[in-house]
Amino acid sequence: MSVAVLVLASVSWAEGSGSLSSSDCLACHGEAGFKDSKGHSASVDPKVFSTSVHSALGCQACHSDVTEFPHKLPVKTVACAGCHASADSDFQVSVHHLVMKDPSSPACLNCHGDPHAVVSVHDSRSPVYALNLPRTCGTCHGNPRLAREYGLPNVYSLYIDSIHGFALTRDGLLVAATCTSCHGAHKILAPNNPHSPVSRKNIPATCGACHAGIEAKYFRGAHGKGLRAGNSEVPVCTSCHTAHSIVSVRTASFQLKTTSRCGSCHSARAATYQDTFHGQVTALGFVVTARCWNCHRAHEILPASDPESSIAPANLQKTCGQCHENVSKGFVSYDPHANPRDSTHYPGLYYTARFMNFLMLAVFTFFGLHTILWFLRSLVERRKDGRSGEEVASK
Amino acid sequence: MENRQEQSYYYRFSPGKRLLHGMLFSSFLGLALTGLTLRFGSAGWASAFAHGVGGLGAILFFHKAFGVLLTAAFLVHVGNILRLVFVQKRFGMLWGPESLVPQPRDVVQLGAHFRWFLGLGPKPKFDRYAYWEKFDYWAVFWGMAIIGLSGYSMWFAQPVARLLPGSWFNVALLLHGDEALLAVWFIFTIHFFNTHLRPGSFPMDTVIFTGRQTRKELEEKHPAEYERLLAQGSLEGLRAEQPQRWFVVAGKVVGFAAIATGFVLLLLTLFSFRQ
Repeated sequence: MSVAVLVLASVSWAEGSGSLSSSDCLACHGEAGFKDSKGHSASVDPKVFSTSVHSALGCQACHSDVTEFPHKLPVKTVACAGCHASADSDFQVSVHHLVMKDPSSPACLNCHGDPHAVVSVHDSRSPVYALNLPRTCGTCHGNPRLAREYGLPNVYSLYIDSIHGFALTRDGLLVAATCTSCHGAHKILAPNNPHSPVSRKNIPATCGACHAGIEAKYFRGAHGKGLRAGNSEVPVCTSCHTAHSIVSVRTASFQLKTTSRCGSCHSARAATYQDTFHGQVTALGFVVTARCWNCHRAHEILPASDPESSIAPANLQKTCGQCHENVSKGFVSYDPHANPRDSTHYPGLYYTARFMNFLMLAVFTFFGLHTILWFLRSLVERRKDGRSGEEVASK
Repeated sequence: MENRQEQSYYYRFSPGKRLLHGMLFSSFLGLALTGLTLRFGSAGWASAFAHGVGGLGAILFFHKAFGVLLTAAFLVHVGNILRLVFVQKRFGMLWGPESLVPQPRDVVQLGAHFRWFLGLGPKPKFDRYAYWEKFDYWAVFWGMAIIGLSGYSMWFAQPVARLLPGSWFNVALLLHGDEALLAVWFIFTIHFFNTHLRPGSFPMDTVIFTGRQTRKELEEKHPAEYERLLAQGSLEGLRAEQPQRWFVVAGKVVGFAAIATGFVLLLLTLFSFRQ
C-alpha cells in the first residue's frame, strides 16, 4: 500500500517537473555497450527495463539528481530506502548489515540483482523468486571460500539435499520452505537473537507456519510444555530434524538415528533400550522393531502418569498392539526399559544378572586355572618324555 | 605282536552319538553366529553379517531353525537314554564307571589331577568319562534347558504372557544372552583346549568324527576303562577297522572348520564385549 502511494506520488512528481522522460535517457543509455568516462558500463537494456517493476516510475524517480541533459557527473548512488523504507529499516538491523560492516557485505542489489531489471518476487525471472532463492543465497552461503574467509555457515549444499530442497528443486513446489521461510528476508537476525524466527524458542512457531498440526502436537507434549515454561534444555524441531539437512522421516537412515538423538538427553533410557530385542535389532540397522517414538510418539510425548499418554497403563495394549498381535495384559507388563543394575525396581532381573555374572566368573576362573596348569604340566611331561610327549598315566 | 596292538582301533562313539554331536555342534555354531549377531548388534561385523545373509528375517529364520534342530537332537538323546535305562534296563548308565553322572570318584580325580598339574602326585586314571568331560556334558544340558526355555518363551511370547508376567521376558532375554555367551566362550576356549588343543591331543582328537580311537589313545586317555575292559575280556568286542583315510580327512576338515568358526566368533565377541 505504502509502496503504491509512493509510486503514484513519484510518477506525478516526475510528470509535474516535466524535465526528462525515460526515452530521453534511453536515447543514450539504451545503447548496448554505453560506458561512462571511467569505462564503467552505463547501459540499460530498454527491453529488460520495460518489463521491470521500476520502468513505470521513470528514470528520475531514482536518479533524481539528473534533471537536465547532458547531466552532471558523478550521478549520486541511488538509495533504495527512498521508496522501500520498511525493507530498509528491517535491513538496518539484520546480520547482513550489522555483522559485516565492510562495503563488501551484501546490500539490496546482491540479492535483487540489476535494479533496472527488478521484477516481482512472484516472477520466475526474479533472483528472489522461491525457486531461485536458494541459489541466490547460496552465492555466499554455498561458497567454500567465503565460508572459510568469513566463517559463514556453508548451508546451501545441506539444504539443497534436504527434503525441503528436493521439494523445491525436484518437485518444483512453491510452498516448499526456502531460506526466507525460516530466516525472514530483510530482517535476518542471528539465531541467538531472541527476536529471530530461528531462535530456539521461536523455532516451533516458525516450522509451525507450515507444519501447524505438528506444532499443535508438539505443544501438547512434554517437550513443548517445557519450552513454554521457559526450559531451554528441551528439544525443538531442529534438535531432532536438524535445521538444513532435514530428511524424510520415512527413511530408514533417519529412523535409525532417532534413538541416539533421544538418547543424547535420555541416556539412561537409551542404555536400557539397547539391552532389549528392540534395541538389538535397531543397532543392527533394521527398522522393523520399536524405536523411542513408536511407543512414546514423536511430538505428543507425555509421561506415563498422564492418561493421554501413549504409554499410560490403559493405553499400552493399543500402543504395543501397533506391532504385536493378540496383546494381553501380561504381555504389556513387560518393561522395555528394565535395568539389570537396579535391584529396587527389578529384583528378579537384578539377581538373575548377578547370578549369571557369578557363574561366568566362577566357570572361567576355575577352568582358566585348570587349563593353564594342565598346559604347563603337559609341556613339562613332553620335555621329560622326549619327542613322544604323551601324558602316560602312572601304573 | 606289540606293534600290531599299537595300530589296533576300538570303538568309543556309536554312529548315533556321532550324528547327534554333529547336529549339536552345527546347530550350536549356527545359533551362535546368528544369536551373537543380535547380541552384538552395534558392532560393525554384526551389522555387515546380518545384512549380508539377507536381513533380520534371515537371521531370525536361521536362529529358530537351528534351535529346532538342536531341540530335535536333544529330544532324540533324552529319548534314547530313557529307552536304554527303562527298556533295556542298562542301569550302568545312571551310576558306575560307564556313567556320565557325577560321582564321588570324580571329585577325588579332580583333586588328583590338580596335584599332578603341580607335580605333587601321579596322573589319575580316568575311566570312560573324565570329570571335565562330564562337566562339558552337563554344561550343555544346563545350557540347553536355560537357553531353550527362555528362547521358546520369547518365540511364543503371546501365549507365554498369558501364564507368566511380562517381567519374565526381561529375565528371559538376559538369561538367553548371558548363558549363550557363557556357552560360546566355554566351548571355544575350554572345550577346544581340553579335547583338541592340549598337547596330549593337539591339533585335534578325531574320535568324535570317526568314532574310533587307537589302543594307545584308549590306554592314555581312559586307562581305567582300558584296564576294566581288558579284565572283563570285552575289549576285543570293541575292535574296529582302522578308519579310512578319507574319513579321517573329512573329520579333520569338519572339525577344523568348526574350530576356526569358533575362534573367529570368540575374537569378535571378546573385542565387541562391553559390560
